Amino acid sequence: MAKIRRNEKREMPALNTSSLPDIIFMLLFFFMSVTSMKEANMKVQFTNPSATELTKIENKSLVRYIYVGTPTSEFRKQYGAETRVQLDDAFAEVSEIGAFIVNERSAMKEQDQGLMTVSIKADKETRMGVIADIKQELRRVSALKISYAATQRTSF
Amino acid sequence: MAKKIPQINASSMADISFLLLIFFLVTTSMDVNQGLARRLPAPVPPDQKIEDTDINKRNLMVVKINSANQLMVQGQEISVKQLRTKAKEFILNEEDNAYLPKLVEEDFGAPFGTIKYTKDHVISVQNDVDTRYQAYLDVQNELVAAYNEVRDECARKYFHMAYTELDEDNQKRIQKIYPQKISEAEPKNYGGN
Repeated sequence: MAKIRRNEKREMPALNTSSLPDIIFMLLFFFMSVTSMKEANMKVQFTNPSATELTKIENKSLVRYIYVGTPTSEFRKQYGAETRVQLDDAFAEVSEIGAFIVNERSAMKEQDQGLMTVSIKADKETRMGVIADIKQELRRVSALKISYAATQRTSF
Repeated sequence: MAKKIPQINASSMADISFLLLIFFLVTTSMDVNQGLARRLPAPVPPDQKIEDTDINKRNLMVVKINSANQLMVQGQEISVKQLRTKAKEFILNEEDNAYLPKLVEEDFGAPFGTIKYTKDHVISVQNDVDTRYQAYLDVQNELVAAYNEVRDECARKYFHMAYTELDEDNQKRIQKIYPQKISEAEPKNYGGN
């Protein structure tokens, strides 16, 4: 008759984890390929507006960003809650945009200079006065290719 | 006798790759660079006199957005949802209405042949200083959508294909028939402070 042996010590076999690094590496490569490095340290916070007719910006090296939004909480004390402009890593005035763009453009290769795109990343609650000032400033330095950064939405 | 090589303990490999993974998760951002591409008008040289360009009234569609984000098109208050159909009607003027832009006949070569199109139409967007950015972008978006739909219909009619599937040359030819003519005026104060 079969005997159920309860008390016999049975050791759990060691789990083979040798493929774990491979799986993690796979994840790592996935994230490396789908994401992009942050362009700048955000000092302003903004939520992009949404739109349907979006085009993708192809060549990232030709894009310069202008961030428009309210200062993040750590800068609130210093700069207040008014809408501010950020260029690269620092706060800037609208009047400084022209010099910034000219500077960035002159650092590009000559054949690329005409292809420069300025992406305006602004909060959806921004008043158009600020945006219009930025647009005028961009026109002044002939940076005419612009893109209003937005997130995709399907319909209203 | 060949010496047996002891197996290397690889259990920390997973930890190392986890560390890398977390590093990349933190430093990168998922956002894709998408946006509404527009082209600004060229700057006016300071010595040039500002001339009132003579645009026939029927060729001009004025879209005004006030500080409360309400829309007015051709003197009528409408919602953003109606704007696309309104704009398409304006761009195409299929029924040759007297109050919609003038139709001009022009030969665009095969496969288009002679097409009647509204050559001199202009859509002018005017916004208030206090207009919200989202409202402004909604209007821009609807106008671009209207142009895209018009172009797509043209592509389907003559090439039996969607506009986006056409090659670049043919897209350019359709763009020539229906160029985006959205003019942006300087912001003014339209009512409601």
